[in-house]
Amino acid sequence: MNQDLLIRLSEVSGVSGDEGRVRQLLAEALRPRADRLHADSMGNLYVENEPAPGGRADFRVMVAAHMDEVGLMVTGIESSGVLAFEAVGGIDARVLVSQPVRIGDRGVPGLIGLKPPHLSAPAERGQSPSIKGLRIDIGASSKAAASESVKLGDRVCFDTRVLDLGPTLLGKAFDDRGGCAMLAELLEDRYAFALHGVFTVQEEVGLRGARVAAHAIAPQAAFVLECGTTDDAPKEIDDTPVMRLGAGPAITVMDRSMVADARLVRHLIDTAEAEGIPYQVRAPKGGGTDGGRIHLSREGVPTAVVSIPCRYLHAPASLIHKSDYDNAVALLRAALKRLTPEVVAR
Amino acid sequence: MNELIHTLCEAWGPSGHEGRVRQIIEGLVDDLVDEMRVDALGNLVCRVAPAPGVDPETAPRLMLAAHMDEIGVIVTHVDEAGYLRFAPVGGVIVGSLPGKRVTFEDGSVGVINVERREDASRQPGLDHLYIDVGAADKSAVTQGVGDAASFRQAVDWAGGRPIAANHDDRIGCVVLVETLRRLKRGPNAVYAVFTVQEEIGLRGATTSGYGVAPDAAIAIDVTGSGDTPKGMKMDVHLGKGPAIKVKDGGMIAHRGLRALMEQRAEEAGIAFQLEVLTGGTTDAMAIQTSRAGVPAGCVSIPSRYVHSPSQLVDMQDVEGAVQLLCAVAEGSLADL
Repeated sequence: MNQDLLIRLSEVSGVSGDEGRVRQLLAEALRPRADRLHADSMGNLYVENEPAPGGRADFRVMVAAHMDEVGLMVTGIESSGVLAFEAVGGIDARVLVSQPVRIGDRGVPGLIGLKPPHLSAPAERGQSPSIKGLRIDIGASSKAAASESVKLGDRVCFDTRVLDLGPTLLGKAFDDRGGCAMLAELLEDRYAFALHGVFTVQEEVGLRGARVAAHAIAPQAAFVLECGTTDDAPKEIDDTPVMRLGAGPAITVMDRSMVADARLVRHLIDTAEAEGIPYQVRAPKGGGTDGGRIHLSREGVPTAVVSIPCRYLHAPASLIHKSDYDNAVALLRAALKRLTPEVVAR
Repeated sequence: MNELIHTLCEAWGPSGHEGRVRQIIEGLVDDLVDEMRVDALGNLVCRVAPAPGVDPETAPRLMLAAHMDEIGVIVTHVDEAGYLRFAPVGGVIVGSLPGKRVTFEDGSVGVINVERREDASRQPGLDHLYIDVGAADKSAVTQGVGDAASFRQAVDWAGGRPIAANHDDRIGCVVLVETLRRLKRGPNAVYAVFTVQEEIGLRGATTSGYGVAPDAAIAIDVTGSGDTPKGMKMDVHLGKGPAIKVKDGGMIAHRGLRALMEQRAEEAGIAFQLEVLTGGTTDAMAIQTSRAGVPAGCVSIPSRYVHSPSQLVDMQDVEGAVQLLCAVAEGSLADL
C-alpha cells in the first residue's frame, strides 16, 4: 500500500465544501501518470485514463471516492473570544469534547473545551453535551482578537496525526480518504476501458458532488470506494456486524440509498473467489454512499460499492486494518481487469 | 384478466429483484409492442408506435408506468440457533408481520414470528421479529445475509374480489398489460414502462422517466380506500371505479392531464372517483420532475390493506382503469 499517500490524505483538512487541499494533494500525486485531469465547478476532481491498447474507449467506467470529511463550521464569535459552531455532516457531540482542532485556511489551532470537574456540579458530570452547548477556545481574549485569525463560516477539522499500530492505522478522515488512496492506486493502471476516476465533493452533506459528476461522465458502469462503519466489538446478543475489521473488503448488496447492481456484485464475488481474496457481504442495515446518486443518473448506471471496514467512523480518530485496504485494492484491480461491457449487458 | 392476476401476483419480485416478473411480462407483451428494451436498472420499456400516417418522430410520447417490485424483507443476520433477522425492503407494516410467511428467491419458505418480551403490551419492533426457516441450527440454514424474501403467496378470491400480497403494484402491471392488449394505435407513441424499485424511492421511474423523456406520463398504482370499519377519512371506495389522482404525499397531478382523464372517462361512460391521498406517492412524482418537467398524473386502483400481506381490490375498478387508459392513450394530448 502507498502508506505515505494515505497518511498525507488523512492528515490534510477537507471538511465538506472545503475540499481544495485534498484536491490539490491528489492532483499533484496523479498528474504525472494521468491522461487527463480537471476539476468541475463544484470541485470534483476527474482523472481520466485512456484504455490499454486494444481496449474500448466507448466503454466508460466511473470509479468514485469522496474527498470531504465530516467536521464543524464556525457560526459565532462571542465577546469572550470563544467560537460557537455547527456540525458539517453526521457528528455525535459526545466525540467532540476536549478535542484539539484546526480552523480555516490557516489551520488556526483550537480546543473544544469542557468545564473541569472542579467547577462542574456533580449532576453535570455525567451529562452528554450538545453541540449548541460547546465552544472552541483558540486562546483569544476578546471577539476582536479572535476575529483576527478566524471568521464565520470557517471549516473546523480534527487535529489528528496518523499512528501506525502495526496491523492497523489510527487516524481521522479515513472516511473517505481511504477510498481516495485506493482510487489513486487503481489509477496507476490501464484497463480495457476508459477509466474515469472521480474524487467527489460534499458526500457527507448529501451525495452532492457525485450527482453532477455522474451526469457529466454518463458512465456505463460505476464503482464507489468507501470506508464504512463497523460495529464488530463483542456483543451481548448474537448479531451480525455491518462489517468486521480485518475480514476483507465489504461488498454492498443493499443500503438505504441503493440496491447494488446484481451483475456487478456477482462479478466482484466471482473475482474475489477466483483470486483467493477475502471479502465480506455488508449486512444491509441502512447507510448510504455516492452510489445512491450515481446509479440514478440519467438513464441509470449499474453501480456497486466496495468498502473497507472502519471502527469509530465520524470521530476524531478511527481505525482501519491494513490488510483490508490491500485486499480492497487487489479485489478492485482484479475486478476492473476482468470487466467487459458484457458483464453489464442486458 | 383473472388469469393475468394469478400470473403476475404469484411471481416473486421484491424491490431490486424484479427479473422474474420482467421475464413474465416480456413474454406477455412481446407480440403487442413494436420495441422492447431493458435499461441499466432493469426497467422494461415497451413502445407502441402511433397509427400509420402519424409521424413517429413528432408524435407526442405518452408514458404509462406500473412498478414490478413489491415490498419484502432482506436478511441481515443468521444466528447460531438458525433464526434469521431482517431489515425491511420498502414500507413494511411491522404489526402485520408476526405469523406471516415469506418466500426466498430459491422458493424456500420461512415464517415470521416475534420474541417473547417482558412487556407484551407494546407493539413489537422489527428488532423483536425473526424468520424461522425450519433449520435445526445455523449450519442447516441455506439463506445468507443479503438474501431478499417476499410475502408473495397464491391469490385467493373473496366475494369476487382478488386478495394478493402484492396488488401494490402487480395489479397495476395487470392493468398495463391488459391496456396493451386492447390498445388501438392513435396519435401518440405510447411507452408502457414496467418499472423497478418504486417501493424504495421511485428509483426505476427516475431513470426511465429520463430515458423516455415523455410529453405526458401516467402512473398506474394502488391507493387506499376509506370504506373499512373506522377506516381512514378518504373518499375513495372499492367498486366505484378507478381513481384519478388529484394529489398525494409527493405530487400534485398536472391539472390539464387530470381534466383530460376526467373528460375521456365521461365521454366513454367510465365511472371514476377523484383521489386525494395524504401520505405516500407513486412513480408519477419522479417522472414529473424529470429533465425539464413532465405533465404527470396517476390512475389509481382503490385497495384495502395496502402494504399488508393481504391486499384486496375490486375487478370493476381494474376493468375501468384499463378502459380509461385506452381512452386517454388513443386520444389527442394536444390540449395539455
